[in-house]
Parts: sequence; C-alpha cells; structure tokens
Amino acid sequence: MAKRRGGTTVLGPLDLAVERGETLAVLGPSGAGKTTLLELLLGLARPDAGEVRFGGAPLTGDDMLSVRRRIGYVVQGGGLFPHLTARENVGLVARWLGWEEARLSARVSELVELARLPPALLSRYPAELSGGQAQRVALVRALVLDPEVLLLDEPLGALDPVTRAELQDDLAAVFARLGKTGVLVTHDVAEAALLGERVALLREGRIAQQGTLEDLVARPADPFVMRFIRAQRTLSDALATRSVGRPRARGRTRGCQT
Amino acid sequence: MKSFRACAVTLVLGSAAAAPPPVRIGSKSFTESVLVAEIAAQLAASDGVRVRHVKELGGTRVLWGALLSGQIDAYPEYSGTIAEELLGGLGPQDEGALRAALAERGVCMGRPLGFEDGYALGMREDVARRLGIQTISDLARSPSVRLGLSHEILDRADGWPLLRDRYGLDRVRVRGLDHDLAYRGLERGDIDATDLYSTDPEILAQGLRVLGDDRHVFPAYRAVLLWRVDLERRAPEAVRSLRRLEGRIPTSQILAMNARARIGRFPEQEVAGRFLRSALGVSQGVRGESRTARIARRALEHLALAGGALLAAITVAVPLGILADRRRKVGQLVMGVAGLVQTIPSLALLVATLPVLGIGVRPALFALFVYGLLPIIRSTQAGLASIPPEVRASSRALGLPPLARLRLVELPMASRAILAGVKTSAVLCVGTATLGALVGAGGLGEPIFTGIRLDDFGLVLEGAIPAAVLALLAQGAFEMAERVLVPRGLRIESR
Repeated sequence: MAKRRGGTTVLGPLDLAVERGETLAVLGPSGAGKTTLLELLLGLARPDAGEVRFGGAPLTGDDMLSVRRRIGYVVQGGGLFPHLTARENVGLVARWLGWEEARLSARVSELVELARLPPALLSRYPAELSGGQAQRVALVRALVLDPEVLLLDEPLGALDPVTRAELQDDLAAVFARLGKTGVLVTHDVAEAALLGERVALLREGRIAQQGTLEDLVARPADPFVMRFIRAQRTLSDALATRSVGRPRARGRTRGCQT
Repeated sequence: MKSFRACAVTLVLGSAAAAPPPVRIGSKSFTESVLVAEIAAQLAASDGVRVRHVKELGGTRVLWGALLSGQIDAYPEYSGTIAEELLGGLGPQDEGALRAALAERGVCMGRPLGFEDGYALGMREDVARRLGIQTISDLARSPSVRLGLSHEILDRADGWPLLRDRYGLDRVRVRGLDHDLAYRGLERGDIDATDLYSTDPEILAQGLRVLGDDRHVFPAYRAVLLWRVDLERRAPEAVRSLRRLEGRIPTSQILAMNARARIGRFPEQEVAGRFLRSALGVSQGVRGESRTARIARRALEHLALAGGALLAAITVAVPLGILADRRRKVGQLVMGVAGLVQTIPSLALLVATLPVLGIGVRPALFALFVYGLLPIIRSTQAGLASIPPEVRASSRALGLPPLARLRLVELPMASRAILAGVKTSAVLCVGTATLGALVGAGGLGEPIFTGIRLDDFGLVLEGAIPAAVLALLAQGAFEMAERVLVPRGLRIESR
C-alpha cells in the first residue's frame, strides 16, 4: 500500500504483516512515516494505493468504527480529553456503548492494577496528572474494551528518563501478561528491543529492513540500517566520545526528541 | 406584553399564535401624532376594544406603508399631506375626491377631528399689536418686519415664493434659518415673525400671534384619522370608537396638549387621558402606570426582544460554526457573509427589513438575530479549531461516530470559546435592542427616543440606565454560566 500527501508519497509502497499475538516495533527517524502507518492501520487515513487488512478482511468505511473499537490506540502525548476526569476518559466509549456501571468499574480496577496506576488518581483531571500518570491513564483507556490489537505511538516520548524506564518495564509486563498483538512506534532502538519481538525499520516511507533486532544488528541490509542502529549511544559511548574532545552536540542521546 | 411575547415566540418557533390580534393604531415620530393616536387608543380601550398604540414609527411614508400592508389598522394624518404627498398631488382638496381616492386603496378617512395643523406665520405679540397686524395680508403694509423662515419653506416652490407673490411681500426682509433657532430668535427679538406649524406649543409658550392665511396659499392640513376598510368588518366597535373623536379636538385643545407634553413634559398617556376625561367624559383613563411598573414592563419587552434574538442566533450560529470548522471553504464563505452583514449600520438594517417584515417586533428580532450571528459562528469555529490534534485523533481512534465525538468531546472542549461568543452577542443584542423602539418593537429604547424628541433628559435616562444595567447583568449572568457550563477540567491550570 502507499499514502501520498500533497503530491509526495509519505509512506510506501510497502508490505507489512503483523502476526496475531506478535509485538512489532516500528523504528525510524522522524518523518519516516511511522505515525502515518499507525493512522492507516486504524483507518484514520486511507491508503492511496493498496489496502489495509484486519484479520483478513480489508478495512472499509462501513465497519471502520467497530474495527477501531477492536484496536486500542495510545496517541503520542496521551491524547486524554482535558474536560473529563481520568475515570471519565477511561470509561467514555464503554459508557457510550451502554456498558453497565458495575462491569465498567470492575474492568477499570483490573486495568488500573495492571498499569500500576494509583486508583485515587482516577478522579483527577488530565491537567492534574504528571506525564507518566497521563500515559498510564491513556493505556488503561486503550485497553478497556479488551481490544485484540494495541497500537502505541511513541508512548514514552516526552517523559523524563526515570519515569520512562519505569513505564518501559511496566509496558513490557503488560504485553507479556495480555499477549495481545501490538504495534509500537518509536525511534528508540533500546525501547524497540525491550518491547518488540520483531522490528521494522522505516526510512522515507519504505521499509529499510524487518526482522528481529539481532538480525538488524548482525546483518544490516544497507549502510542506513547500520548507521541508525549505531547512532543510539550508550552512556559509556557518550563519555568515551567526550573524552576525546569531540563536540557534544553532534551525537544522538537517548530520550532526545527530534 | 402578551401579544409581544407571542410574537417573539412566533418568530422563533415559526408557529402562528391563534388569538385575534389587537387593533393597532400607529403614530408618527412627533408629539401631536403620538397624542392623537394615544387619545384614539385610550378611547377605544375604554369602549372595550383590544387595542395597541404602536408609537413613533417614523415619517409619513412609513406609516402609510404600514397601513396599506396591514401592519397597523389606523393612524392620524392630515388632509393636506394625504392630497399632496400620499396621493401624488391630487389638486384641489375636495373631501369627496380624497375619500374616493383613498377607498380605491382600501383606506377609510374619518371626518376632520377639529383642528388644523398647517403652515402659518407666527409673530411676536408686541410687534403685531404695535403694527396692527392680524393676517398675512397685513404684512405687505409693514415692510420693516424682519422675517426668519426655515430653509424648508424658503426653498419650496409652493412655500415662500408663492406666499411672496400672492401677498405682494417683495419688500419684506427675509432670512433663512433653522426652525428651532427661529423660536429662540423670536424670543431674543432678532426676528419678528417666522413660519410655524399652527399647533406648535411655542405659540402658547411664547405668546405668539398666528397670522391668518387669508388668501389660502397654504393647503389645509385638517387632522383626520385613517383606517383600513377591512377594520369595519373585523372590528366594527373599533371604528365606532374612532368616529367618536370626529370634531372633538379643537385647535385650542391640541395646542394646550402639545404644550403640556412638549414644554410641561407630562407623559403623553397622561395628557391624553386628561383630555378624554374633560372633553369626552371618559373617566377610565387607560393605564395610570407607575414609573417602576413602566420600567419593568419595558425591561421585560427589552429582554424578550434581545433574548429571543439571541436564542435564534445560537440555534443557527453554532451549527454554522461547526460547518465552518468541518468545511473550510464553506466556512470562509459563511464568515465572509456574516462579517459583511455586521458592517451594515444597525439602523440601516432595521429600516431595510421594514418592507418585508413590516413594523413591530419582527424586524427588530430579525435585525438583532443577524447581529448576534457572527460572534457565535466565529467563536464556535475558533473553539473547535483550537482542540489539539492528538485529542481529535484519539477521539476518532476510540471508534466514536462523528455526532458522538461532537457531543462528548468537541463541543464540551469548545464550550468556553462558544460561551464567550454568546456573551458578546448577548451584550450586543441588549445594547442594540434599544433601536427596536424606532420600529415599534417597544423596549427600553422607547423612553430614550421619546426623551430625545421631547428634549427630556430625565426620560432618556429612564431608558438608558436600565438598558445599561441589563447589559451588565447579561455580562454577569454569562460569567456565572461559564462556571456552570464549562467543564471543570478545562478551568484548572495545567501543572
């Protein structure tokens, strides 16, 4: 499939499959088309060529809404509704679907525990939550309807390193426990390694290489793949670089937003 | 008031009220016309007719148009005006010919009420006595008289030039000046005589001598009542009542009433009621309304006008704002048109709607409604556009259909902006609603314009102060509403 915007192809042509129960990490530099890929998977955008299939059936306009409800989506930055409390955010769609209050609150307490979110926070408004807390609420919201698939768009992007590390571990635990099909978009190789069983590296809208991260490290398909993997410095790398007197600003550091 | 509310509701909901409408008597924007119409209305009311006096609608053309289209059922007019202005110079004023010409247009003319209000010349009593002047003819003998004439009569072919030629006044010194200044000039002795209307209250106040038009140069302006022919069928009792006034208002009486209203500054209702008691023995003067009751009634009319228009504006503008957000091209068009309408002066808009909507509440509601649109459209659009893209994306990704997204997410998030627009519109409507009085919609503008006409500052304040208070209250009410309607989550500062 392919997606164009304003005459230029922003994504594809590419062919990508995610197996049921598998977690795929989509890697790539900024502007590589990662978010566009998620939007296509959700039907928020339509491909200009080709099609998106969900469980074998192509995504069409008719059942788009019900398909979306079978997919949990955590937007970059959380995307919580600021006019609703965390609890109302989490229960919005379930309520709209007519869930009974008891069923909803049972489901929410289960998920709150899973996401390690202090239940007292549920009565707060998004503006009263920290970045990490908001991200956990967004995760709970995405999981309420028990979707088959979970899509995460840079879920940890804007967080400080400590919160980030914590949440990474918790996310890994959630994936391990729920065994859901997952697609995670990130530009952080370590995060991809931690959460994704398989990795697809995007470059300018196309797949540069896909496979396990070990494959990409051991057998990079081209110089770009090698550069991308290597560009992610560890702390010891960084210190070593600095000691030889190179300018600090040149390299990428973990957690840096681009 | 009841019919007023009914009318407001009618426009908003588009459903017709069932009760038979009251007989509507109109008046022009000057004291004498208001007095005569008020007398007619009070008399009809005391005869048991459901009647409403639609005050100070405007000039001759407006009243005539309103009568022909049925917006009003009757109003006072002058025979000279009917012949010259309404029937396009019918020539010699034969009453029978006037009646026939009016009947063709579906209008009835009653017999003269008794007084004439035509052009005349007025002179300082002391000068007139000294020179022995009684009529305009006498002026020819006294060329030393200093005449100050209003520009209107000076320029009209059937004005001063005609007068000069008929009476041989070539040697009289003439100065052109403003009508109001002429009275001041007379008082100070700068001029000796001026043109006036034969019932101007200043005649009494300044003790002027009215010089008779003994050669009948000026057309006769006998006061009459006009009513629609169909009124005889619809409300025969109203016509009987109107006819009771024929020949009952002599010049001396209308002069005294004009003076009481314009110089003594008594309310027209009271002056009219007093006349009815003394001249016709009608004891039950219609309403002896206290000032508080009067202000309260007008404030309610005012609020109904502004509120009705605002409600209609909200119902139309919010969907338009949503449309403007969804379809950018349409939005630009909608806002362009609304912005253009906003630049039309409110008075012009009001007058422009008169031919279509007639007089009364409807044109005022419409004009206010149109004015209320733009702020709400714009704020709705801006409020929706300011929703962060990730919030929109997540509401779509959750699988909510468009209407549910609008109701549960987008409108609540835009509520603060929408409310701010509604607040602007509300204050605008309350302020502009004063102009409604100019088209007979009532409200707090009534005392303001009457006060301006009578040069009565107290009366102006009686409308202006409550209007200002209402605007402030509207503002305050919306600030309170904001606390209730805007979700708390949007009001707390982000950490």
